[in-house]
Order: sequence, then structure tokens, then C-alpha cells
Amino acid sequence: MSEMFVQGIVVFVLAAFVGFEVISKVPQTLHTPLMSGANAISGITIVGAIIAAASTDGTASVILALLAVIFATINVIGGFLVTDRMLEMFKPKKKQ
Amino acid sequence: MTWTTLLYLLAGVLFILGLRGLGGPRTARRGNLTAAIGMLVAVLVTVFNLIDEPGVAWWIIVVGLIIGGAIGAALALRVQMTAMPQLVAAFNGFGGGASALIAATEILATDGAFATETAVTVALSIAIGVVTFSGSFVAYGKLQGLITGRPVALPGGPWFNAVLAVIAVGLGIWAVAAGEPLAYWLLAGVTFILGITAVMAIGGADMPVVISLLNSFSGVAAAMAGFVIGNQALIIGGALVGAAGLILTVQMSEAMNRSLANVLFAGFGTEGGAAFEAGDRSVNSASPDDVAISLAYAENVMVVPGYGLAVAQAQHAVRDLATALEQRGINVEYAIHPVAGRMPGHMNVLLAEADVPYEQLLDLDHSNPKLPNTDVVLVVGANDVVNPSARDDSGSPIYGMPILEVDKARTAVVLKRSLSPGFAGIDNPLFYEDGTMMLFADAKSGLEDVIAALGQL
Repeated sequence: MSEMFVQGIVVFVLAAFVGFEVISKVPQTLHTPLMSGANAISGITIVGAIIAAASTDGTASVILALLAVIFATINVIGGFLVTDRMLEMFKPKKKQ
Repeated sequence: MTWTTLLYLLAGVLFILGLRGLGGPRTARRGNLTAAIGMLVAVLVTVFNLIDEPGVAWWIIVVGLIIGGAIGAALALRVQMTAMPQLVAAFNGFGGGASALIAATEILATDGAFATETAVTVALSIAIGVVTFSGSFVAYGKLQGLITGRPVALPGGPWFNAVLAVIAVGLGIWAVAAGEPLAYWLLAGVTFILGITAVMAIGGADMPVVISLLNSFSGVAAAMAGFVIGNQALIIGGALVGAAGLILTVQMSEAMNRSLANVLFAGFGTEGGAAFEAGDRSVNSASPDDVAISLAYAENVMVVPGYGLAVAQAQHAVRDLATALEQRGINVEYAIHPVAGRMPGHMNVLLAEADVPYEQLLDLDHSNPKLPNTDVVLVVGANDVVNPSARDDSGSPIYGMPILEVDKARTAVVLKRSLSPGFAGIDNPLFYEDGTMMLFADAKSGLEDVIAALGQL
């Protein structure tokens, strides 16, 4: 196994544990924004899509890479925007 | 290269801080912004790295970003809050699809010749990404009402999907062992079908679990794509989301007292297992005036919203009624079951849209102790989550599911279009209790009638 791959496993396992720790106590009220915010973060695959698009070779690969960039960008832009729209609505009780 | 890795690490740290911020109502909006900045850092680093490279097909990147950005923004800014579950499902699907496509471009570039460990992650990216893609769009169709929300039984039942899964594993092994591109493409085809058939077999009310799981999958697919192209930003971001989605999945399953396997494979609601027989017991059908009078003389009122509230877009009407009651000095709170609606926290978002302060939204553990001291509980478009059979009747299909014990309140008003049972085909003894008033109406118009009647008192 290559050094880089092993490092990837280390990073993956540690990040997963951080994810468990950070998320485990989120109140129910925020479950939907949490999910759509997390969803936007999974759009990090946009980085992979850009790298794939940079070195295409042949029509099939161009089509696949273009779709990858489009899909990932929908995920990122849509995910963060809609999460912000939701969170804008969450307000504490107004002081009377 | 060193700087690239460090800046990707910075993006990962911003994701973690962002997720932590999303965990508290006061910090959530800033948390989302923090994560978005992390994403911007990751994208900019990637683009700057490519500037010195010869022969980069920039037009693909630019065109893709513009088209994807426009579609994403249009969807996000136009969606109605009641349609949020299907939008999140669609975004999950796009994320999973993108990860699978990245792996596919690598297969084309190398003609399937990978080191063994990389080949495993290519197969996983394809399988998980494609299942997420097709499964999410079936979930979208169900939630949008384009296809039936009822579970669709497959020939052979759960075995159908089990066989597909075994075939997928076999194709994956073939792909890894032989470095054969055809095996990867067949794997994509089989997992595409598996995503469709798996989600088709799951009922609408189980969607909170399904969407959480697909969310987790979209993260894992991104992490696997990160292994394929050797990119740590994808591995960090993907692992975080995989973990977050898994936690919600487990919480939602627990809220229904069912194992994840049961949700995914049991085809809940396809078999008629209603133990409770209404027989010739009658219900106490009430008019909007009756409901208004009992509300007007209450001290404590608890609202229990369900999916019917979302369908009828009744969140503003609920808020108007609560305001009218509060003006009379009546204390109004909301009891929200974890799986009310079609995704985790669905009701909370709708009520937030109607300007209900989040302090008034109580979860299961905080509402049940208050229900015995509640004068009137108003059930709006909820059914299974208030079904006492889940507590009392060991023969009921939903026995053991934690419920909101609205039958312990002095009066329960159930606002519902008809007596028809919930998704699981289970009759609800609550409707036949002496202390229950049934107001048969669409959630929105029913509430408006009650508000009008209240004004006459």
C-alpha cells in the first residue's frame, strides 16, 4: 500500500471521529439545517471534479467531467444558500 | 504541494468549526458561513494549482461552475420550506453523482489499471455514489408526489435487493481483481438499479431515515473519491459528513424503535397488521366553534404538528392561532416528534418560517412530562406519532415506538381530513377516546375556521 493511501486512511478515520464528536449533541430544532449544511460540505467533491476536468482526454471524459463539475457545484452553491435561508428564520423569542 | 496540503487542512478545520457552529441556534448561521468559506478556500487552492499546468481544459471548469451555480442558486432561493426534504434529497443525489463521475473519469484515464487499494476505492466511489444518486432521486420523486409514497413491493421482496447487492459485490471484486473497465460500468448499472429499487420499497413516513442515510452516503462517496485522486480535502470533508449523516440516521431509527435494517428492508406498511379494531365505537366529531371554546378556556395548549401540516402549508395558520391564544393569556407550546414530517427537523423549519420562536418548540423528552398538565393538545396532521397503540398494544406494528402521549392531556383535538389511518395502515385508538375531539378539515382551512370562531367569543 502506498504511503499516501495509508495517510488517507489515517485522515479519514480521525475526521470521522471528529464528525461524531462534533455532531452528537445537536438539538432537534437544527436537524434540517445541520443536514443541509453537512450536505453542502459533502460538495467538497467539487475539488475532485475540477481536478478531473483539468486533464480530460476524449469526448466521453469531457462529458463525465463536465457533469461532475455541474453536479458538485449545484450541491455546494444550493446547499450553502438554502441552509442560510433556513437559518435566517430561526429566531429567539423577541424581548417584550 | 506543501502549501496545497496545508490550505486543504485549513478548509477541513473550517468545516469542523462550521459543523460545530451548526449545533447551536445562535451560532448556526455563522457556522454555515464558516463552512462555506472553507469550501471557497478549497476551490481557490485547487484552481490556483492548475494555473501553471499546461493544457488545462478551463472551459469545462468555467462552464460547469456557471451552470451548476445557476441551477443550485435557483433551486435554493425558490424552494418552499415545505418542499425542503425533497430539495435536500436532490442535493444529496447530485453530490453522490459527482463523486461517482470523478471515479469514472479516472477509469477512462487509466483504462482500469489501478493499484489494488486504489481500485477498491474506485469501486466504492462508483457503487456508493451511484446508489446515492439514483436513490436520492427516487426519494425526491416520492416526496414531491411524482411517484407513490407507499412502499412498492418488489418481486421476491427484500431478496430482490439482496441479490442485486451480491451481484454488485461480485462485479466489484471482478473490477478490482482484473482491472477491467467493463466490470466498473456494469457495477454502475447494477447499483443504479439497486438505488431505485431499495428506495421504492420504503414508505414515505420512513423518509427521515432514508434521507439521513443518503446524506451519510454522499459524504462517504466524496471521501472514497478523495482516495481515488489522492486528495485529502475530499477525505476530510467526506468523512465528516459521513459521520454526521450516520448519527442522524441512527437517531431517526431509534425514534421509531426500529433497526436501520428493518427500515431499509422490511417494506413497512405493505403488510396489513392492524391489531386495533375500532368496531362500532364512535368518534366525537367537533365543529370549529367547539374547538374554539375549549381552547378559549384553556391555560396550557400544546400543538403537535405532523406531515399534514406541511402538506396543507398550515404553518402560518398555526402561528396565527397561537398568537390569538397568547393574546388571551394562554400559554402555547409545540411538541415535536423526531420523525414528524419527512426529514429530521422538518416541522421545526416550517414553524421557524412562520416566526415561531425556537424556545417554544419542545422535543419528545421535554413535551411528554408536560402533557398531563396540558388542557388542550391540538394535533395538526399527525397520526402515528401520537398513536397510543405504540405504547399499549404489543400486537401493533408500531409497538415500542416512542410517542407523544397526547391521550394524557385533558382534551385532545385532532385536526385531520378524515379517519383514514396513517401510512402504515394502523388505526388510531386516540380518535375514539372520550377526551378526544375530531375536527375533520384540511389543516389550514380548519385552523382558519377555529381562529374565526375564536374571534366571535
